[in-house]
Amino acid sequence: MPTRQVAVASSVGLHARPASLFVQAATAAGLPITIAKEGGKPVDARSILMVMALGAKHGETVTLSAEGEGADAALDSLVDLLSRDLDAE
Amino acid sequence: MGTDLAHTFHGIGVSAGTAVGPLVLVRPAPQPPADEPATTDAAAAWAQVQAVLEEVASGLEARAAGADAHAKPILEAGAMMARDPGLAAGIETQLGAGLGITHAVAAAVAEYCAMFESLGGYMAERVTDLQDVRDRAVARLLGEPEPGVPTLSVPSVLAAHDLAPAETATLTADTCLGIITEAGGPTSHTAILAAQLGIPAVVQAVGILAVPVGTTIALDGGVGEITVDPSTEEVALLAERKRRREAALAGGTGKGCTKDGYPVALLANIGTVDDARRAAAQPVEGVGLFRTEFLFLDRDTMPTLEEQTATYTEVFTAFGDRRVVVRTLDAGADKPLKFADLGPEENPALGRRGLRLGQIRTDVLDTQLQALAAAYHATGADVRVMAPMVATQAEAVWFAERVRALGLPKVGVMIEVPAAAIRSRGILYHVDFASLGTNDLQQYTMAADRMQGELATLLDPWEPALLDVIAMACDGGHAMGKPIGVCGEAGGNPGLALVLVGLGVSSLSMAPSKVAAVRTVLAAHTLEQCQQFAAAARAATSAAEAKAAVLAIADPILADLI
Repeated sequence: MPTRQVAVASSVGLHARPASLFVQAATAAGLPITIAKEGGKPVDARSILMVMALGAKHGETVTLSAEGEGADAALDSLVDLLSRDLDAE
Repeated sequence: MGTDLAHTFHGIGVSAGTAVGPLVLVRPAPQPPADEPATTDAAAAWAQVQAVLEEVASGLEARAAGADAHAKPILEAGAMMARDPGLAAGIETQLGAGLGITHAVAAAVAEYCAMFESLGGYMAERVTDLQDVRDRAVARLLGEPEPGVPTLSVPSVLAAHDLAPAETATLTADTCLGIITEAGGPTSHTAILAAQLGIPAVVQAVGILAVPVGTTIALDGGVGEITVDPSTEEVALLAERKRRREAALAGGTGKGCTKDGYPVALLANIGTVDDARRAAAQPVEGVGLFRTEFLFLDRDTMPTLEEQTATYTEVFTAFGDRRVVVRTLDAGADKPLKFADLGPEENPALGRRGLRLGQIRTDVLDTQLQALAAAYHATGADVRVMAPMVATQAEAVWFAERVRALGLPKVGVMIEVPAAAIRSRGILYHVDFASLGTNDLQQYTMAADRMQGELATLLDPWEPALLDVIAMACDGGHAMGKPIGVCGEAGGNPGLALVLVGLGVSSLSMAPSKVAAVRTVLAAHTLEQCQQFAAAARAATSAAEAKAAVLAIADPILADLI
């Protein structure tokens, strides 16, 4: 299964607007995608509640995994999204 | 009319004016019923919940489409939560475990709420949004309309236990004729907002929620009287009161002054750029209180110097050469800043709020002062900057030095802590002016939480003890030759306005909708009369007696305007 690791670049971490943008992008991909913190249980990346409850802070590394056709491309674009300071944009 | 139903109710009038219209109830959130059967067919129950959540989501989206920039993201976030796969999974698990259908929804939501609350800050605030989704879904599952303010298809009188700021945000004077709440006090959010919108309102009207929806209600937001199913004579009487009130208010738009020409500046309280534009179009002599919190409270990061400068410049420009008194950020544990949260406190009202927070987060205060200075230099406006929650001379000196160092022309303090009122002379030695925040001054004088409706009797602004404390503050002002104004709710009360002028205040700041009534009563009395009213009120032994004493000796026009 394709996976990617990326450090959360948003200064506020992965909640508020950055979380919402991330979840919208994950949902738009149309694939089952998960996100996990280091050593943590993967959660559905399409759930704003689960993503916010993850509580990933600025600079923390998260692991994204996806299955199915186009998984690599979907993960790449999500990695790109998380590498930007979404809150500052 | 039901035989066991009262014909009239009495509450506290908090926004003057009269209204007659059908009653609409703001529905309370439904509780999952205790006798709900356990779920046996989890798949069927899940299909039902899924359909309901979709209805909730599309309902919120529809409202978001017509909402303003502030409400829109909140409603959209709610829709997103209603469609959330994580919430769905939680509900399915609960249904699978056999929980009744509404209990399953509540349990799944409770799980996320607990998680978010433990994360604190921004996340803890999302709990309210989640609970809103839960309440809507539970109501629909029970076959009831969604809770909250219903869509007002005809102009109506709105009744509620209490109204949350979010619920009042969508109200307008053309569809909401009046507001009645069972809870709330004279300085509650409902009261302040109703006055701002010019909607007549009565709070503490216990029993109003028992009145059937659709019943015609007449209310007088000045005296606090509510009539259920009024007779033709009663409606005529109310109309007559309204006519007299309007006639009394037709008294012109000039500068505020007493009958003998003693000037009293009549100013507006504002909180946003929109407020500023609306107020600037009114016949007011400027702004007596610009609450700057709105710029900060919904933010995850501090607004930049540039953004603040642009906002202040817009507000100053709107008022031209009229004065604008700006209060620096008044935040604290009860109105926490996400980017400067000092953590929970046992007694937020007595904690590190106002200038106390400013002294800890000097970066936040200094950025704000720099932005105010830049906007002042750009516009040359009559800007006067004051600090909230000042208690000591040392605090006044600390603040004044910072403000003057930036070249701002006038610096003052709020007097809302009794210590500052008692020793106003020393404090005013160091600053140019003071403004009495009567709401907080009363809360601290009476040791009574102003947001707690049950304590409303201790929070009547006619309270003689409050008037004594105000008198002390004014004496210090006179001794120092420095002006003292009022920017609390008391300043917009026509009777109290006279008393305050008699006590020595030189400006009154209020919701713009209240200015006309105050201007009219001022013009009907001399300064000497105002001083007599102040003496009569202070000689009384209770708030009710103080008010009655003034009404007994004032011009009858005052009774028409209260």
